[in-house]
Amino acid sequence: MNQEFYQTLLITFELAAITTVFLLIIGIPLAFYLSNTKTRLKPVLETFISMPLVLPPTVLGFYLLLAFSPESALGEWLLTTFDIRLVFSFSGLVIGSIIYSLPFMVHPIQSGFENLPRSYSEASYILGKSKLQTIFRVLLPNMKPSILTGVVLSFAHTVGEFGVVLMLGGNIPGATKVASIAIYDEVENLNYTAANNYALILFIFSFMVLMMVYAINGRGIKANEF
Amino acid sequence: MRIKLKKQLNFAEGKGMLDIDTQIEDGSFVAISGASGSGKTSLLRLITGLEKAAQGFIKINGETWLDTANQINLPPQKRRVGYVFQKYALFPNMTVRQNLNYALEKNQSTSIIEELIEEMGLSSLINEPPFKLSGGQQQRVALARALVRKPKILLLDEPLSALDEERRSSLQDYLLKIHQNYNLTTLLVSHDMGEIFKMANQVLVLSAGKITQAGTPESIFLNNRISGKYKVSGEILQIVPSDVVFVVKVKLGNNIVRVIASQEEVLDMRIGERVMLVSKAFKPMIIRGRKA
Repeated sequence: MNQEFYQTLLITFELAAITTVFLLIIGIPLAFYLSNTKTRLKPVLETFISMPLVLPPTVLGFYLLLAFSPESALGEWLLTTFDIRLVFSFSGLVIGSIIYSLPFMVHPIQSGFENLPRSYSEASYILGKSKLQTIFRVLLPNMKPSILTGVVLSFAHTVGEFGVVLMLGGNIPGATKVASIAIYDEVENLNYTAANNYALILFIFSFMVLMMVYAINGRGIKANEF
Repeated sequence: MRIKLKKQLNFAEGKGMLDIDTQIEDGSFVAISGASGSGKTSLLRLITGLEKAAQGFIKINGETWLDTANQINLPPQKRRVGYVFQKYALFPNMTVRQNLNYALEKNQSTSIIEELIEEMGLSSLINEPPFKLSGGQQQRVALARALVRKPKILLLDEPLSALDEERRSSLQDYLLKIHQNYNLTTLLVSHDMGEIFKMANQVLVLSAGKITQAGTPESIFLNNRISGKYKVSGEILQIVPSDVVFVVKVKLGNNIVRVIASQEEVLDMRIGERVMLVSKAFKPMIIRGRKA
């Protein structure tokens, strides 16, 4: 195991952690909005959020590559105004991962909001509390299992992504090369031992993470039976 | 308090217009009665601001909460309403005391909380989470929480319907005490005639979104001419011949009454038939329940 091995794993988990933090910040308000809105655009919004579930990741990666490339209007604007280059860069990967893992954060939290009795938020409003106070002091504390599910699934899903990262990040060691791509690389070079090192770590990691979700949520359901 | 509200709603009978126009005396205790789906809960929710009226106004103690003609519509947060939900709506992540503290306004003194804990008999429960409490206890906490903000009006959406007779009666006493101590205008949705007589000094009867009757409980429920005659309806269970007459057993609520009838009278009676039992009592005896 060389330095590149650790570096690649570090980038993988760093990307997943940063993506998850951003997803929490974006996902909670988005899920709250979706669970409360009566707008006719709701199905359209929900479709956009859920698209990464069914779309081949390469499709998403391809369009993001086109959008962020300096030849496109958006890419050029980002480059000239903010000096930000999203193609083949870590920040580009973060943005791609946020879009790609968005449904894994929004869905559990949205259903968490929807499963709480409406009277919780209504009681809080009548007691004079704002939406923000209601969300943070009443709603979120009563849906911890949903938040945990969202966090863990987004993190794990980001660790496991391949297509978007390959298209958008370009597999640059030490910058945008993540574990799932490293496995593919090593296999192509017939380096099965190194591939197995990555694969085994991802396998064990995924297993532990899912088991944690099921164990904690199982307990949570028992405690909340009343 | 003056209320005039209009809103399109789905009633038990189908789509219709909730159309309420009424005046409620400050400090009165009003019972709202009516079949389910007649708009009782909607009326309360319109007063809280959780639902928006299509047209109308709500004025209370010189404040305007809603006036669609002048584009005034205060959000629920600004309306100083106490609301007790049918299913309590206590926050499970907080203890009883935290639930009460949550209702405090910025810079409001906590003395009101101690006062309510004392008054509602909650001192032994303050550190418990809501799910450890019985239905009656939860309801008392919900009531106390609704009073922390010192509301201008207290709205109760059938808060007693889930409780058994004894708890119900004790909570009714708490409600009356609160009503007297704070002189708080109170609206209570209730179907129970006994409860309405005990609690309310004014009744509004709703039907398909409109007030069909309004007045004192006596004038609404006792509007038949008062006489020594009383009628009860029941169901025939059995007709048994006994010597020259027949004994008819009639079920009245949970009681079975035996009535003597002649052969001619029995001729058209059928088992299971709904009948009216009429009796004249010159000096009926009144026996009071548990409390006597």
